[in-house]
Amino acid sequence: MLDYPHPIAPETLFSGDRIKSTMYEDQSIFNEEMEKIFARTWVWVAHDSEVPEKGSFKLSWVGPQSVIVVRDRKGDINVLANRCRHRAATVCEVKQGKTSSFQCPYHGWGYALDGSLRALPQPEEYGEDFDKSKYGMKSLRSESYRGMIFATFNEAAEPLDDFLGPAKKWIDLFMKQGGGYPVTTLGEHQFSFPGNWKIQLENTTDAYHFPIVHKSFLQSLDKEAEKTFTFMDGAGFVEDLGNGHSVMVMIPELVDLEANLDAPIPERFQQLAEELRKEHGEDQVRRIVRAVGGSGFNLNLFPNVACSMAFFRVLRPVRVNETAIRHIAIGMKGGPAAANRMRLRLHEHFQGPLGFGSPDDSEVWERVQRGAAGLEQQEILVNRGGDEQGTDGPRGHVSAETGMRAAYKMWKRMMSA
Amino acid sequence: MSKLTSLEQTALLQRVTQFIWVEADLLDRKDYDAWLTLWTQDGHYILPIGDIEDYQNVLNLAYDNAAMRRMRIDRFKAGFSISSAPPAQTVRTLSRFVISAEDDREVQVRCAQHLVEDKFGRQRLFAANVTYVLSRAGDGFLIRDKIVRLLNSDGILTSISYLF
Repeated sequence: MLDYPHPIAPETLFSGDRIKSTMYEDQSIFNEEMEKIFARTWVWVAHDSEVPEKGSFKLSWVGPQSVIVVRDRKGDINVLANRCRHRAATVCEVKQGKTSSFQCPYHGWGYALDGSLRALPQPEEYGEDFDKSKYGMKSLRSESYRGMIFATFNEAAEPLDDFLGPAKKWIDLFMKQGGGYPVTTLGEHQFSFPGNWKIQLENTTDAYHFPIVHKSFLQSLDKEAEKTFTFMDGAGFVEDLGNGHSVMVMIPELVDLEANLDAPIPERFQQLAEELRKEHGEDQVRRIVRAVGGSGFNLNLFPNVACSMAFFRVLRPVRVNETAIRHIAIGMKGGPAAANRMRLRLHEHFQGPLGFGSPDDSEVWERVQRGAAGLEQQEILVNRGGDEQGTDGPRGHVSAETGMRAAYKMWKRMMSA
Repeated sequence: MSKLTSLEQTALLQRVTQFIWVEADLLDRKDYDAWLTLWTQDGHYILPIGDIEDYQNVLNLAYDNAAMRRMRIDRFKAGFSISSAPPAQTVRTLSRFVISAEDDREVQVRCAQHLVEDKFGRQRLFAANVTYVLSRAGDGFLIRDKIVRLLNSDGILTSISYLF
């Protein structure tokens, strides 16, 4: 057990329905989070489709550690710390690509796709008993569910299946966005904001802000779509799924994209449906069109990824007051080009640095960080909504802060360990 | 490519430069309604990601036809977008103009852009390569396509609530 020389006991920062703003601001708490949360639990690193072939790789992160997600010659996924075993230089600075090996640019140590040390210049200076098999790149444990690849430094972590638990059935529902095709990533938006990572974590399970912060997005929709996104008085809910995970159902009729296929096609998808009818039967047209619109819920997986309506949201804590965010677009692998184009346009409409939604989110998150400086005795409220027992845990109104409480319960559990 | 005399080339470059500077001035002053009148109705305002050119079939930072440009401006002006009310202030310069193609209908121009934004007393710097396809319209031009390629377009950006 590590002993941290700081005066703040993490368990005092979350009371059950209130938090202290110290947890957004304190450097020692941040360092402890990297050790006790990001180095110990399952962290999302990539989607299968980002590394489609043998030799395909993609750079990612596990907390502060740069990692390489790479598919080796056997087709297996490896997650390697991007750090030469010799003097720690990164062996890869290409964001995504294909390779047959990794070579450190500093002294030429060469590694295979599974991280094993293949060759190095003048090995004889290490002595005759130098055992190359002991000097591979650090390989993290990795497991995946429905194409979502997670990694952890913790050999003792529970199996990913157990960690996800009831969240798995929501991932299954989310993947129905393939509309009968495999789900594939279609590029990503990346941006950072000057604030703590937990401010973003909270937001994915915060429906309360939507009609306020995203009023300008709602105003840009047609009347029918605006009505779909006006869900505060609907039958939606937020449910704690355990282990810090939660689901926020905003549009209940869009939870199962393979149900209600005979519902009328919304106005904004009519043109797409017409185009699809040239090559697809009516049943398939309806299935694809319904998939294009995205799921009616956000699944928040502690600590760093969300299946957020129609995309993957990935957060990375950079510093105590800086967080980098990826909004990864998804679509149908081998699906109709017109359907994927529409998904891309919908993604651009809301997400990313120039979307009609993300910049306003980013602004209010920054406002939280700015406002939280000082007045530390005044607690931050995450007490909204009375919870009842749901299917898998406490469940509250769609605008309840049930998901935040779920995340902070897990935060407290891990930080107190 | 029409055959222009050196004098005609210089004159065209000067007219193109003048047009783009007027546009830059409108954008820094956020005179967005005037900016919209600089466009033809068929082209796109695009901020691509990386160096891919098949804009329609890939993810962009922005891929705006006339209707999206209008909606974007409405959003900036309506006062309900917290990130653009108040907006960041910007000061931009465009330079290094090169006319890469021209005929009696269109002129294609590429140039460099530097933009500094200021909000909350914090300044951020952006650099971009910009390509214009300008439609000749009487003595002047209209923008058909404008492609703004930020240097770090495939990296980690920050939220942007104005136009490049």
